Amino acid sequence: MTLITEIDYGTPKSKSTAMVTLEIDGHSITVPEGTSIMRAAMELGTQIPKLCATDNMASFGSCRLCLVEIEGRKGTPASCTTPVAPGIKVHTQTERLGKLRQGVMELYLSDHPIAGDSAMQDMADSVGLSHVRYGFEGENHVSPVRLDGEANPRFKEKDESNPYFTFDPAKCIVCSRCVRACEEVQGTFALTIDGRGFASHVSAGMDENFMESECVSCGACVQACPTGSLLEKSVIALGKPETSVITTCAYCGVGCSFKAEMKGDEVVRMVPWKDGGANEGHSCVKGRFAWGYASHKDRVTKPMVRDRITDPWKEVSWEEAIGFAARRFMEIQKKYGRGSIGGITSSRCTNEEVFAVQKMVRTAFHNNNVDTCARVCHSPTGYGLSKTFGTSAGTQDFKSVDECDVMLVIGANPTDAHPVFASRMKKRLREGAKLIILDPRRIDMVRSPHVVADFHLPLRPGTNVAVVNALSHVILTEGLEAKAYIAERCDPKEFARWTDFIRQPVNSPEAMESITGVSAAEVRAAARLYATGGNGAIYYGLGVTEHSQGSTMVMAMANLAMLTGNVGRNGVGVNPLRGQNNVQGSCDMGSFPHEYSGYRHVGDNSVREMFEQVWQTALDSEPGLRIPNMFDAAVEGTFKGLYVQGEDIAQSDPNTNHVTHALEALECVVVQDLFLNETAAFAHVFFPGTSFLEKDGTFTNAERRINRVRQVKAPMQGKDEWQVVCELSQAMGYDMHYNSASEIMDEIARVTPTFAGVSFEKLDRLGSVQWPCNDKAPEGTPLMHVGGFVRGLGRFMITEFVPTTERTNRFFPLILTTGRILSQYNVGAQTRRTQNVAWHAEDVLEIHPHDAEVRGIRNGQMVSISSRVGATTLRALISERMAQGVVYTTFHHPVSGANVITTENSDWATNCPEYKVTAVQVTLSNQQSDWQKDWEIREDENKRIAVKPLVAAE
Amino acid sequence: METRDMLRMANQIADFFKGYPREEARKEAATHLNNYWDPRMRKHLFEHLAKGGEGLDPLIIEAAAQIRKPKMDAA
Repeated sequence: MTLITEIDYGTPKSKSTAMVTLEIDGHSITVPEGTSIMRAAMELGTQIPKLCATDNMASFGSCRLCLVEIEGRKGTPASCTTPVAPGIKVHTQTERLGKLRQGVMELYLSDHPIAGDSAMQDMADSVGLSHVRYGFEGENHVSPVRLDGEANPRFKEKDESNPYFTFDPAKCIVCSRCVRACEEVQGTFALTIDGRGFASHVSAGMDENFMESECVSCGACVQACPTGSLLEKSVIALGKPETSVITTCAYCGVGCSFKAEMKGDEVVRMVPWKDGGANEGHSCVKGRFAWGYASHKDRVTKPMVRDRITDPWKEVSWEEAIGFAARRFMEIQKKYGRGSIGGITSSRCTNEEVFAVQKMVRTAFHNNNVDTCARVCHSPTGYGLSKTFGTSAGTQDFKSVDECDVMLVIGANPTDAHPVFASRMKKRLREGAKLIILDPRRIDMVRSPHVVADFHLPLRPGTNVAVVNALSHVILTEGLEAKAYIAERCDPKEFARWTDFIRQPVNSPEAMESITGVSAAEVRAAARLYATGGNGAIYYGLGVTEHSQGSTMVMAMANLAMLTGNVGRNGVGVNPLRGQNNVQGSCDMGSFPHEYSGYRHVGDNSVREMFEQVWQTALDSEPGLRIPNMFDAAVEGTFKGLYVQGEDIAQSDPNTNHVTHALEALECVVVQDLFLNETAAFAHVFFPGTSFLEKDGTFTNAERRINRVRQVKAPMQGKDEWQVVCELSQAMGYDMHYNSASEIMDEIARVTPTFAGVSFEKLDRLGSVQWPCNDKAPEGTPLMHVGGFVRGLGRFMITEFVPTTERTNRFFPLILTTGRILSQYNVGAQTRRTQNVAWHAEDVLEIHPHDAEVRGIRNGQMVSISSRVGATTLRALISERMAQGVVYTTFHHPVSGANVITTENSDWATNCPEYKVTAVQVTLSNQQSDWQKDWEIREDENKRIAVKPLVAAE
Repeated sequence: METRDMLRMANQIADFFKGYPREEARKEAATHLNNYWDPRMRKHLFEHLAKGGEGLDPLIIEAAAQIRKPKMDAA
């Protein structure tokens, strides 16, 4: 293993198809028109010295190191800003150029405390500069004290405010790479160059420190800095990394590729991988910096068991723990029937680990009681897109947004939940694409630097379907539909009856205005823009799916896309932004109770027989229990044992009191996780899990991209997670065995038509592939439904608006909706164990000033939030982001108990919980809720680990 | 499962398919229940129907003939 260093071509690749031939240092080269001379030279293998240029940003021409000579032209132009031209003859190294570069470099170093390992030193070596004639006697930014003993007013202390990186102004050469990275790559515009001339300096925000500024700590500036002025604290602490491994981030569904840069078996830093198909070299604060949880002191690395959940945990051997779990599960099945146990797979685990768990449930448990955490997030996506288009996945790759003209963002908050893709969206918006946002909350994308939504439709929570139906109504009644596209690609019978439905006056924006709270005129204007503005792409999140009409809404959006011909080419589509890293993969792998891998129903005899043959055992033809059904059956007494892989259902699932009653009713709960999470408080067996740094396998992101997750270090607890699953299956009588994760993928490919062409060898060779990957598409399928829908003809579905039964009344007059924040992830088990708590140490309740005032609530006061199922206490944050009548919180901290309030209401088709609509009351409070008091007791009592008696040394 | 939860879920399914012609709606609702409801959930539904089906949407009652009766040992 070596340290992987990517080639930096200095300037971005030109998209031109016209080619230009020129000569560089006597060598002929042909490159696309618009390519810089610097890039053309690099393609020949000639690295022209540079400091301010890098290939993920537009050329800038400030450092003056990359000068070249062009025969017949005056002067020494900068090669980064000079485009190639036909027939020109370029010289990159002459005596004149050498002297000029040495002079420039010497001036830089005259005001720079050269560091041994920085690009500055490399560049000094490159231009042959061995001696700097100027000391720091004159004006400089390096010495804190002048020669006369007075303080140097130009000197600035290091900014150590960010927990992950340092900014040392003394090392800064004001090349603007960090400023441009913040603008062009990240799109936050937190940095600028303040002052003029020698007083110029990099300024975060209004010359604040980084933490006080708008900086979102994505790391783009640190990555861009050529001088070490911005540097990871981990590099300062541990030294320069020596080796690297390409792997995939374990946070959101963007699925960014990273270089894990190591020293021995210690991670020094995570650097976004330029060739990563999903992120192309960009990152966010979570993936870039928040990986420290993997070695946090709370990590449990020994298997543990206990008879009762009130007993302290007892550390045991793997053999004992697996035997204990197998024995209990088999006893339960003997007593209560084979359907009395089940398992839950995790979107935080690899495809191979998930596949193993669902196979264990179907073969060793002999039932289909397996579900995945996608149940509570994107299960309506699978249902809705399958019904309309014929496949349970998003239609595009991320790159497609570069050709989008109108973005329709619905129920998603990309800058917080999918930040790396949000940067890509914002880049396109800065280029002129239009933006329509449907969201009850004023998310950042409504107005942020250089991005202003053309329409923000702040609809009432629970009225998504009404608004999208109204958009379709306008398009159809105003004759803006894509007639030829519909005639060619959609089912005419279904379209005809949908037309009859959607044309009804009840679906007009005017009729819906009083229900949705959105101006009819705005809806009409937004509809016209989406229908006529060019390539229209829908991007959506859990604000769509987590409703009683989640599946209906997905179908309504699919109708809208078909109606306008916006499926089946670049720049368009219906795109779910998946919450967790492997939501798509966990669904693909057959962890729904009614489907095998590749979304084939367990009741399909031919499919089931194929699996029976491969797995050599009889399989159940009946659908199993979904997660909420498991809880109901547990309370009822017919479900008694549960295996939970890497999920924290006690924190993440709705109506916490109902969930904990269900867990308490179980006779055996097995938790496989990194930490003693909330669910572990109700468990009898704990199998320590592996962090993403210890896994070998694959994740599939929101664009169906299968990325390799490579083992960076050995599992801390000694076993791969799939190996534990195999051993549990064996202990229960089913001989499941694999020698490697690669073998599991080989089996997935054998039994899953859409994965038929996938193997670790191919992924290692190509970097990644997007399914379907098979004989028809050996290198994968970036865009779906090109030329026709997977189901044949696209199906318009009738999507009548049915209001949720969760309504406000005089007891619960406000609507609570929940969401996420940039620095934290899901239940926070990972990010709470990193320095990301510096940005979000507690969940707060956002409340509109009017709602706060009538309740006498001031900013920062503790308030009680109660619904018909429970109550909790949070700190109030008065905010105009919410409309009057709507309050908002996150669920990243267990003590917050956000899901104590959410109810059992769920999507009609999939049982995805209705997290986004809960009727609540908010009142001032000066104490914790009863639930929070109970939680604190349980936190102490149910998570005790028995101390082993000390044995005297002989 | 509480009967009220079973009724809520079954009636939500009926609400969606009501937009379709009656015969098709009956068939789709039954198919949905066959495809996604675990046998013990369908058993609960049939037990409630046997008691008169109070609170059930008429569409689900009409669809009952097409809903697969679970084998009682499945749970």
